[in-house]
Amino acid sequence: MKIRSSEITSESVYLNRRQFISGAGAAVAGAMAIAACSPAPSPAAQVQPTTSAESSAEPPSTGAATDELGDPLTTFEAVTNYNNFYEFSTDKEAVAILSKDFVAEPWTISIGGLVNKPGTYGIEELLRQFPQEERIYRLRCVEAWSMVIPWLGFPLAALLRVVEPTSEASYVRFETLLDREQMPGQRSPWYEWPYVEGLRLDEAMHPLTLLSTGLYGKALLPQNGAPIRLVVPWKYGFKSIKSIVRIDLVAEQPTSLWMSAAPNEYGFYANVNPEVSHPRWSQASERRIGELGRRPTLPFNGYAEEVASLYENMDLRANY
Amino acid sequence: MTEKQQGRGIGAQRSALLQVAVHVAALVPLAKLIWDGLNGNLTVNPIQEITVRTGDTALILLILSLACSPASSLLGIRAAIRWRRPLGLYAFLYASLHFLTFSVLDYGLNPVLLREAIFEKRYAIVGFAAFLLLIPLAVTSTRGWMRRLGKDWKKLHRLVYPAALLVIVHYVWLVKSDIRIPLAYGGAVVVLLALRTRPVKRAMARARDAARRARLGRQPEQGVRTAQNGVVGND
Repeated sequence: MKIRSSEITSESVYLNRRQFISGAGAAVAGAMAIAACSPAPSPAAQVQPTTSAESSAEPPSTGAATDELGDPLTTFEAVTNYNNFYEFSTDKEAVAILSKDFVAEPWTISIGGLVNKPGTYGIEELLRQFPQEERIYRLRCVEAWSMVIPWLGFPLAALLRVVEPTSEASYVRFETLLDREQMPGQRSPWYEWPYVEGLRLDEAMHPLTLLSTGLYGKALLPQNGAPIRLVVPWKYGFKSIKSIVRIDLVAEQPTSLWMSAAPNEYGFYANVNPEVSHPRWSQASERRIGELGRRPTLPFNGYAEEVASLYENMDLRANY
Repeated sequence: MTEKQQGRGIGAQRSALLQVAVHVAALVPLAKLIWDGLNGNLTVNPIQEITVRTGDTALILLILSLACSPASSLLGIRAAIRWRRPLGLYAFLYASLHFLTFSVLDYGLNPVLLREAIFEKRYAIVGFAAFLLLIPLAVTSTRGWMRRLGKDWKKLHRLVYPAALLVIVHYVWLVKSDIRIPLAYGGAVVVLLALRTRPVKRAMARARDAARRARLGRQPEQGVRTAQNGVVGND
């Protein structure tokens, strides 16, 4: 008899985190697979995303119904039709339409800079080499809306360990594909294309930091950053760069696209912080997609326990 | 005379129809909003969508209401002056919906969040100020208040210009990087404001006179109707 994983774990709907920690067994823990902070990928959570060819036929699936705080997942519909991806459009609902024919294969990522073993990896290679896990993360946009998304992917740290950063490497710089034909938004003169983002090396090595290749059990759709993107759940969404073609380890702090577009508004760190307003709007609350009204924003987007130590002795107001 | 009366009859009919059309056109965005709301077509972030749509509509109607006087006095579209009040009031309706969406639907009247959102963020302060300025204008838009206030009515209603400029600033401070659209609206407001200034009005009058003289010089038999300066600012 064939049982879908979504059926096995439907029970998790009824469990809040406390019950889950005290009572539920390891199998459920694996299926919940969260961010919950287990750095080691649990075998039960290892899934292969369907390839894009099959993906339209496969229904979206996930091993859980809520995140570790008990917040329900945002629907697949919303996650794939409400996107900030300026490479295609500044209109969040137009991105899915304009990116429909985006060709993401063949795709390679080159990894270089201050590493001992630079290399170029095809997506299939990465999928073979690094086991995919499901991670349910909250995504908090700097525009004060948020989602809960079941990502598929593997920790960036796993890949970085393979390429061996040298002792001079302090930061990681990421770059999105530059292709004005396929990405019409890149003709906009308002931004310095291609999209660039960066992390401090310890942030990049943190077990929560994910290279994602899928969501809801399917390969990433173009509007979500196909075929591979970053997910850093404790930072504002714009840090989670999409459609990555290049990763470099560098000595100096990289300047991101948003830092150069509006330096007083977008800093390098961009940690979710209800205490520090965006200069033009408050970050104290957010709209969770699918809910009416607002909910308070959590420090580090609810991941303070896991990541706050990275920023000890740092002035988070100055380093916004 | 009969010919003339007939002409006036048709003109009155047409102007009544146009008047209805103004009301209908101003209500279409609201109808569409309700329709899309009932059909779940307000994106997955409906509060955002409602906020943006009501704000856009309020600004467009405000600009159109500002364009009525110049359209009447400068372009000779006499009926336009009668569209000014409804357009202004509809602008206020959408501005009210915009503010209610923000304060009730979005912030649930949460005093702590609202205080922070309104008074600590400059875009919200100027938007709120613009809304406050529009309130006395909406209240005194009736004929009764026009009579009671006399000359002061006109002075009071000049507040619509600072209000419109504040709305533009509100918009410019809201958008991320590309400020072309708010600047285009701002350009329209500035042009409409400039048309009211004395030097521009005088220059326009001179140009009109010159044009009339030139026309009369060529075809002295043809009468030319002059636009009335007095129309500006009076309903």
